[in-house]
Amino acid sequence: MTNKNTLPTSRKKKTQPATISRMYSYWFYLPAAIVFGVFFLIPTGLAFYFSLTRWTLFDATFIGLENYEYFFRDPQLLTALRNTFIYAILTSGSKVIISLPLALLLTSGLRLQSFFRSVIFFPVLISAVAVGITFSSLMQPSDGLINLALESIGLPQPDWLGDPDLALYSVIMIDIWKGIGIATLIFIAGITSIPTEYFDAASLEGGAWVKFRHVILPLSRNATFTVILLSFIGGLRTFEIVWTTTRGGPGFASDVLTSVIYKQYQAGFYGLSVAGNVVLFILIMSLVYPLMRFFNRMELEL
Amino acid sequence: MTIRNNLTRTLIDIITLIVVSIVFIVPFVFIFLTASKTQAEAAMFEFSLPSQFRLLENLWEVIQFRDYRMVLALWNSFLLTVGSVLLIVILAAGVAFVVQRRNDRMASLVSTLMLTGLIIPPAVVPTIFVLQEIGLYKTLLGLIFVEVSIQLPFAVLILRAFMASIPREIDEAAIIDGSSPWQLFFYVIFPLLRPAIITIVVVSAVVIYNDFTLPLYFLPGSENVTAQLTLFSFISQFSSRWDLLFADVIIITIPPLIMYIFFQREIVAGLTSGAVKG
Repeated sequence: MTNKNTLPTSRKKKTQPATISRMYSYWFYLPAAIVFGVFFLIPTGLAFYFSLTRWTLFDATFIGLENYEYFFRDPQLLTALRNTFIYAILTSGSKVIISLPLALLLTSGLRLQSFFRSVIFFPVLISAVAVGITFSSLMQPSDGLINLALESIGLPQPDWLGDPDLALYSVIMIDIWKGIGIATLIFIAGITSIPTEYFDAASLEGGAWVKFRHVILPLSRNATFTVILLSFIGGLRTFEIVWTTTRGGPGFASDVLTSVIYKQYQAGFYGLSVAGNVVLFILIMSLVYPLMRFFNRMELEL
Repeated sequence: MTIRNNLTRTLIDIITLIVVSIVFIVPFVFIFLTASKTQAEAAMFEFSLPSQFRLLENLWEVIQFRDYRMVLALWNSFLLTVGSVLLIVILAAGVAFVVQRRNDRMASLVSTLMLTGLIIPPAVVPTIFVLQEIGLYKTLLGLIFVEVSIQLPFAVLILRAFMASIPREIDEAAIIDGSSPWQLFFYVIFPLLRPAIITIVVVSAVVIYNDFTLPLYFLPGSENVTAQLTLFSFISQFSSRWDLLFADVIIITIPPLIMYIFFQREIVAGLTSGAVKG
């Protein structure tokens, strides 16, 4: 190995010669490995252990699966679990349904195109807390702007964030409002990267529908997958908008896993809080990995 | 025919303008108007012009509130954001450099770990435990490390994709010229990564600056307050001061807005190329 004459004249496909791989030294990994290991991997590993304990941050008593049993027996926690699903599915679905047509519109040569793109992207820059606060005032039941507008055209005025049947869906709408900018941007990128020859070919065959059905839809499949995956993961992990608008209320009507984790933490039930975290890991892993694999297969078929 | 086309065009323009205005512009006008009102008027949540325009007074009052706590908060957010972003860029570039160039078992292990980090949420309470053990709980430095570990996977993903577009011949030329691994990385590769680095700087800066959850867990107490948390204290204690709350919203939105205006093109280009390919 230390022989200086090992520099090969023709390089094989996978194995790199020693001099070359020496240039890409593992030392470059080290700083990132320390930070990622200490502040992400170790806590993640500890979560699995502490979720099996009654934990005060100082000492932990092993209690087996008791936290999980409690978690899956408590109807309020089960509501949170169900809400997390609803949240992730509705936000990712709606973002695709709304932002694909929006992206089509914004690549069709409107006069104010770049202005619209900036306006739609703007909520992305604002913090989720600020968005949450703004919408809790806009959604005030009696004097909020949304209900005043509904009143003026004679429609019923629901208590958006105060009605237990409605609160979760109001929060979901706020999330969609905030996230539509990124989704649209990804679609715009997907559509604009389609070579123009495809469009030319499609316009020979027929009108706008052919163009959409046979060119745009299949060729922006990657963008669609990206939007679905990003917003699905984001939806399962959501916290800030829920916390600033309803704090999981009224009652527990709009609680999601992350708000439960925070509440249990605040109440000092650290073991239970971490069990919630582990449930969230497992949920995300078991849903997102198959989804990714499925999308990858679809892409290969393309 | 063309006249009719033009007419439909204009009609679509107008309809889009109306819908986009209602859905996206009205909330911002509302923020601005409410921040300009008196306490009593702001509490009515009306969409109306203020009877007296008090925006500057309200902004000033927010800044002075509790011995200039806002200034401290913005300073803390600045340190948090700059510190985290610097570390993210340097650490991620090193990882992306080696992961993309090598294709051994270690590289695929690192890729898997990064993907995992991108998907699963951080285990917050055990992280508090770790920070306490090493004496970094409730410190800005501790939060910086946590933010870095969370943002790192995204940065590696973008940089790795970009790294693939840098030809290996460049590395080989540098090697023949006798450069060491560190020279190759810092003088040759790192400068070439510039477009991707700009994207990461802007995106991570906005995300970390806007982050509310992690400071909520890791920086309790008033001496370590960040910009987003000032808002939180307004809601919990001064729910009646909607005028100041929205003035605060305006103040804390200025930094990301400035970033956006300066780097608009780079964000859009970088984010989309990274996201769609990734």
